[in-house]
Amino acid sequence: MSENTLSAHGRSGRSGVARWFAELGWRHLVAVIASAVAVFPIIYIVSASLAERGTLTGSNELFRTITFSHYAGLGDTYFWTWVVNTLVIGLVTAVGTVLMGAAAAYAFSRFRFTGRRAGLATLLVLQMFPQVLAFVAIFILVLGLREVVPVLGLNSQLALIFVYLGGALGVNTFLIYGFFNTIPRDLDEAARIDGASHAQIYWTIILPLVRPVLAVVGLLAFIATFSDFVLARLILVSEERWTLAVGLYSWVAGELDANWGLFAAGAVISAAPVLILFLALQRYIVGGLTAGAVKG
Amino acid sequence: MTERSPTTEGTAVRQTAGTSHAGYGRGFWVKLAVMAVINAVGVMIILSAAQAQSWGILAGMAVLLVAADWVYFSRRALPLKYILPGFAFLLVYQVFVVLYTAGIAFTNYGTGHIGSQQDAADQLVAQNEQRVEGSESYPVAVVLPEGEDGGLLGEEELGFAVVVDSDVLVGTAEQPLRPAEGAEVDGDQVTSVPGYQVLDREEVLDRQTEIAELRVPFGEDEAEGALLTQDGRTAHVYEQTLVYDEEAETLTHVEDGTVYSPTEEGLFAAEDGTELAVGWRVFVGFDNFVTGIADTQTAGPFFEVLAWTFVFALASVVLTYLVGMFLAIAFQHERLRGRRIYRVLVILPYAFPGFLSALLFAGMLNERFGFINEVLLGGASIPWLTDPWLAKLSVILVNTWLGFPYMFLVCMGALQSIPKDTLEAASIDGAGALRRWWSVTLPMLMVPTAPLLIATFAFNFNNFNLVYMLTGGGPRMEGVEAPVGHTDILITMVFKISGLASGQATDYGLAAAMSLVIFLIVTVIAVISFRRTRSLEEIN
Repeated sequence: MSENTLSAHGRSGRSGVARWFAELGWRHLVAVIASAVAVFPIIYIVSASLAERGTLTGSNELFRTITFSHYAGLGDTYFWTWVVNTLVIGLVTAVGTVLMGAAAAYAFSRFRFTGRRAGLATLLVLQMFPQVLAFVAIFILVLGLREVVPVLGLNSQLALIFVYLGGALGVNTFLIYGFFNTIPRDLDEAARIDGASHAQIYWTIILPLVRPVLAVVGLLAFIATFSDFVLARLILVSEERWTLAVGLYSWVAGELDANWGLFAAGAVISAAPVLILFLALQRYIVGGLTAGAVKG
Repeated sequence: MTERSPTTEGTAVRQTAGTSHAGYGRGFWVKLAVMAVINAVGVMIILSAAQAQSWGILAGMAVLLVAADWVYFSRRALPLKYILPGFAFLLVYQVFVVLYTAGIAFTNYGTGHIGSQQDAADQLVAQNEQRVEGSESYPVAVVLPEGEDGGLLGEEELGFAVVVDSDVLVGTAEQPLRPAEGAEVDGDQVTSVPGYQVLDREEVLDRQTEIAELRVPFGEDEAEGALLTQDGRTAHVYEQTLVYDEEAETLTHVEDGTVYSPTEEGLFAAEDGTELAVGWRVFVGFDNFVTGIADTQTAGPFFEVLAWTFVFALASVVLTYLVGMFLAIAFQHERLRGRRIYRVLVILPYAFPGFLSALLFAGMLNERFGFINEVLLGGASIPWLTDPWLAKLSVILVNTWLGFPYMFLVCMGALQSIPKDTLEAASIDGAGALRRWWSVTLPMLMVPTAPLLIATFAFNFNNFNLVYMLTGGGPRMEGVEAPVGHTDILITMVFKISGLASGQATDYGLAAAMSLVIFLIVTVIAVISFRRTRSLEEIN
């Protein structure tokens, strides 16, 4: 202990550089190292996507050659079909999730009814159980639906969206619920006295006020569907219906080396929008994540 | 604005007249239209389910439809109007599937045990057909009934036309062979049949596979046998070798008279123990759980995987938390220039889609060609992903790379709530940097972040993508029959033993049982979490 005390307080006599290092310098050092570690793999994948030889070894000398052939080569594959599939599935799921999650959160926040507490508690508990755990039953259910409602059956993208929407309430209602609770009820009361119906209050007063959190919930839902592998892999059978996660995995699953350049180009294109959106909305996302998670 | 006012007044007048709380305004008609569509679709699904005899789907749909109509047309169900859409999806695709998992877990559902006993018997009878020895071979013409333009399913039904004892017979898979009037014959080959189109050589070649599967029975009674052809030219008589006795529920072999009776395992077995390949679904009690947990040969060493899952999840949480917190503390200084840029750079791994990162690291850590070995370590060949221990280390390190930015962000926020004077007081009392961290910062950070740590633990406990994409669970465990590897966590192991990924034999029952085990473990984690955070009591 005494040594520590000495080193912490006995610095006044030292040179300015040492003091600068003790106060700020080491922070810069740590920050630079951390940034390098964080950024490096991303630089590597960008370089690999531009390397002439689309192999692992060919990607090891960063930015030695620059060619866009792999990007062009994506046109000969199902890549752009997968991009469209992923966007459609992700956007529909995101919009559905926001609409259903917000509606349920509104009910839990503004109405008092029997079963309300139990309902909230159930949602809180359900958050802990990812849908993936029931993948066997989901697969068999979708398989069975193929005979009855083919559009909700195996190899249908709508079926996948429906499955994702099943997880909508569990994950997001609590987050939105917390934000609804911060909106003063006086606002509702005033509108009601003016003759607004509950639907008008919801659509024109409450929802516009929580737009940022709705954007975050939508983005999180989009990223979740974007990243899902298991359910998409099981439900979407034919290659032209796959999503990016399933497709890009299939490129490198068997032969990592052969398709590396193609994979790198595909990865850069698919990660870029998510990365940009994330950074743009990061303040809301971080706030949302902590708020939601602290509650759960 | 001026155009709008009459409508608003109109609504107001109707409301005061007391016809309805909401009035029959635009909203009501939109609702009516939406509900009409939903009802139409719902009824269609119910009818379709009735036709397919899927009683479960029919009942589920009927309940949902009645509930929807009640909720949206009753005045007493206001909160439900908002909850029902999401709740319906939740009920089907989250709650029901969990219960269904529990149901499947106690059966032998999987390859060889898919349908009912009757299905199995039908399939066995059809499969065990043999060419009748010494029987004649018939020159056959492949025909297509005219006027059957594909039908509803777009499948045209092919048939055969043959000459048997100088009579021309024609038939399809559904329609047993019967005499055809007015057919033309060239030698022993039928050249035209009224009402049918005879396929030429080229068409026959085009539809080879379809024709090879075609089976045209001789009569309504299956025992009379059927015609099958390999090449589309010559057909042979095939007869069933197994006969199903529906009353006794047994299959009897025609030639040697062996009787196969149903067993408790959902198979037909002879007295000497020979079993027929196709079985049916039966309740097997806790067999799947016993197999999954105790039988190290078929389900992999459960406890080894379980222990690794805990180690992986715990190590991931601790490492990401420590790294993230350290960075947050390092960045916590007003005069640190470039703080914003550092911050953005450091959170990039979190913004980069996780499954892509895992695949990316799989390439970078490749033993022979990967960047880490080739460039950073100057041509070393360290088996990062193929040595059992190094692979485990790699999985944890890559996950740390993926996860530390989240903890960093969380700690950045939480650090601001620690009062400066507390740290200063500790400093004046003579506490060094480490001591201040251990006794002041850490405990104060733990309070707001503990629930997040538990949530992160639960997330990593089922972090399928990372493991599956980075190592694929490998390297394979030696001496284990199941496709389980040293870095497999429970969820990836269950995915593999389900057989759904490989397209090989499936075992839904075993996989469902193992899923249920994960459910139980997660439940325990959840209970601990809610006890600690008391978040359930906060609901009001």
